[in-house]
Amino acid sequence: MLKIEARGYESKFWRYASPILALLLTGATSGLIFAAMDRPPVLTVYTFLIVPLLEQDGFQALAVKAAPLIMMGVGLSLAYRANVWNIGTDGQFTLGAICGGGIALAFPDAPSLALFPAIVAGGIIGGMLNGGLVAWLRIRFNANEILTSLMFAYITQYLLVYLVTGPWRDPEGFGFPQTALFSDNALAPRLIEDTNVHIGVLLAPLIAIALWVMLEKTLLGFQFRVLGQATRAARFAGFNENRLVWVAMLISGGLAGLAGVLEATGTLGQLTTTLSPGYGFTAIIVSFLGRLNPIGVIPAGLLLALTYLGGDAAQINLGLPNAVTGIFQGILLFYLLGCDILLLNRIRWVRSKPKAA
Amino acid sequence: MLVRNESIAPGPLLAMTGMTKQYPGCLANDQVSLTVERNQIHALLGENGAGKSTLVKMIYGVVKPDAGEIVWEGQKVTVPNPGAAQRLGIGMVFQHFSLFEALTVTENIALGLATAKERVGLRGRILQISTEYGLPLDPDRVVHDLSVGERQRIEIVRCLLQNPKLLIMDEPTSVLTPSEVQKLFVTLRRLASEGCSILYISHKLEEVRALCSAATIMRLGRNVARCAPAEKTVKELAEIMINMDLHRPTPRPPVASTAPPRLVVDRLTIRSHNQFGTDLKDISLSIAGGEILGIAGIAGNGQSELMDALSGEISAGKPESVLIDGVAAGHMGPADRRRIRGCFVPEERNGHGAVTTMSLADNAFLSGYLRGALVRFGVIDKKRTFVFAENIIRRFDVRTTGPKAEARSLSGGNLQKFLVGREVLQDPSVLVINQPTWGVDAGAALAIHEAIMALAQGGAAVMIISQDLDEIFVLADRIAVIAGGRVSEPVATRYATVESIGRLMGGTSVIADSSAEMAHALSDAR
Ligand SMILES: Nc1ncnc2c1ncn2[C@@H]1O[C@H](COP(=O)(O)OP(=O)(O)OP(=O)(O)O)[C@@H](O)[C@H]1O
Ligand SMILES: [Mg+2]
Repeated sequence: MLKIEARGYESKFWRYASPILALLLTGATSGLIFAAMDRPPVLTVYTFLIVPLLEQDGFQALAVKAAPLIMMGVGLSLAYRANVWNIGTDGQFTLGAICGGGIALAFPDAPSLALFPAIVAGGIIGGMLNGGLVAWLRIRFNANEILTSLMFAYITQYLLVYLVTGPWRDPEGFGFPQTALFSDNALAPRLIEDTNVHIGVLLAPLIAIALWVMLEKTLLGFQFRVLGQATRAARFAGFNENRLVWVAMLISGGLAGLAGVLEATGTLGQLTTTLSPGYGFTAIIVSFLGRLNPIGVIPAGLLLALTYLGGDAAQINLGLPNAVTGIFQGILLFYLLGCDILLLNRIRWVRSKPKAA
Repeated sequence: MLVRNESIAPGPLLAMTGMTKQYPGCLANDQVSLTVERNQIHALLGENGAGKSTLVKMIYGVVKPDAGEIVWEGQKVTVPNPGAAQRLGIGMVFQHFSLFEALTVTENIALGLATAKERVGLRGRILQISTEYGLPLDPDRVVHDLSVGERQRIEIVRCLLQNPKLLIMDEPTSVLTPSEVQKLFVTLRRLASEGCSILYISHKLEEVRALCSAATIMRLGRNVARCAPAEKTVKELAEIMINMDLHRPTPRPPVASTAPPRLVVDRLTIRSHNQFGTDLKDISLSIAGGEILGIAGIAGNGQSELMDALSGEISAGKPESVLIDGVAAGHMGPADRRRIRGCFVPEERNGHGAVTTMSLADNAFLSGYLRGALVRFGVIDKKRTFVFAENIIRRFDVRTTGPKAEARSLSGGNLQKFLVGREVLQDPSVLVINQPTWGVDAGAALAIHEAIMALAQGGAAVMIISQDLDEIFVLADRIAVIAGGRVSEPVATRYATVESIGRLMGGTSVIADSSAEMAHALSDAR
């Protein structure tokens, strides 16, 4: 029989090995699921994780997908380190896109140099607004941020649907639920001509590094870490818990808003109802896979981005439903949280139940 | 009552030999042996960091030995985990308790029980044991609201429910008052006579002499002696332990009566933020520069609330209710109070005074960053922080591998020295310490006492809140008693006796409603 035993300390080895073990288990489990669906498991996993990278521009597509995930994952690791459980990044992402997109639609002829920064600012402010509301509700009414942030995610999604099917719908769009295309002035600058590789691909790792520095090297970051590990000690030190909750929600919300507006102006070029294929929720997995460390979030974001591309490839090449991506991500999060038990515990094989003395 | 009718195998209850444990950078136990006889109250002595907790954690299956043999009732055993220890009949009360703050006493105890069957009628058995052994405890209260002394009783009752043959107690009396200690001793003697041996770790050598029939003494991870404590004097015991001679701190010259007050508390009245906490009622005090005021009292009479109100963790209401060097500070948070040179050492080390999972350097930074100027343009000055931590370690003789060590890797007493040192070295003008020498060995207690006296000598106003009357009498110029959230009129130490103060502390019934009456009682006792 297997037995779980407390180690009495945190294993350094498993801190890094546990996400890798989770990945292997996820690969094995999804292989089993594919086998149960009568697909060749190895080929399917191969199609899912390797094929997208072999395609022409595979890495560019990967980077573009990963950029929003990394931005949001970084903001979330900061918040989660301080025990601020922002679950609604998807809503902050969407509100960012709506605010930025609104500016893009309202001033299509403004010069690019003024318009794009305004759009980005609008996006960030939109995300912060959403995040700030959550912070305010927690501080003012002691409302649980897990619930409120999640509720806001639904509200903003309906707001988006209302806007693109109603007032903002493209009159020449044949009734599709989408806005007009943004003017060229409003689009995110490209890093490489004639590709989707927009400025966000450069910003994401820079933001990750900046937040890592903030978390590890500054007084503010120290305050976040103490608050997450010992609330009483944070109070003893005189750190203002409410202020830290505000900052955590504004940063994670603002970064989600930035990700949203860059997605709208960088890859889509308009607003549609399917703006976010669950990016905000995937970002939660990204932050945990990255061990709530902004630098770790970079590879984690790339990996989860791959699952989106893999889902497309599996759909095209093997006729699997797109939901495979969600299943894969769900299994990964499950194993990720499960494997963390190894940090503080070891699993031992015990022959028979020891008799009570 | 514990009933035993098994046939008893001859020989000692527990015999350990060659126990060895290596931590990174520290050989905590080196070939240690220990033998506990049946019906024996056996003391385990040694200075801070000698390896006592490590040794008993190996018996209890919390720490895995690198080498060594454990023989229990004549059988060689391995103890892979606490569950196995409990099945053998070993119970343990830790130096630091493992209780869930949000749960009630009964719920906490229920969580430690393996089967649902054991939980039947648990509340009744808790009440029964707690009354039978003189360990007053309300099974329905939430742990969050309990004092350290009350929390300890939960742990003791939790062990007794298991009918142990060996009860290990790691520094049980460091948080108890003299009368509580006497009651505990009655309990322990009774347990021993009923067949439950006790392994007793303590730094209070008087107590050990009164209670224990045998002692094993450790130094630097090794055995140094076995003896009958009653046959040695306290001084002899201490000198075997720490290998140096002890002296009392030299008394300071009396404070000039003209010295201006540096800490003034004026009609401080606040409701406790805990449902079961103690409200502070109309507390007025004044401490002059160079003076040490001792606040005696039984745990749970408002000490932690007073501490929080002085440190700024909870607002003290009106700004004028706390004056630090004449500045109204009642409305300030802890950071602002540190800016005007107020420093504080709370009672609980783990998770309050220190973040156990962070390094000593980080913990030095935690409360020292303002006064130590350890932040530059928002960025932590790692180098200065490191130097500050090293300084504390050196000046207060903290036994550790260095500033990078995690706080939880320190022995209890060493962490206490670090936390007191952290505040003392910030050159405060007002220092408030709750339980300055909790779990600290005789040598280190002396060092802490001398540091506090030196600080007062240098002109600071010091308040020590302590349950240890000896400590208060050694340190304080004046003594007040806190009871039921009120503080009595302070009396000069030379007019007070342990008996008179002890009587004011004991039993709330003695404590009349007004502090005036208390002062009256005190002056009677002169
Ligand atoms: N997890 C750990 N990692 C590294 N070192 C440790 C760890 N736990 C304990 N130590 C070291 O082992 C030594 C013995 O510690 P232990 O807690 O057994 O001392 P102690 O005799 O109980 O002291 P005290 O009276 O202060 O409680 C100390 O030097 C301590 O720093
Ligand atoms: Mg100890």
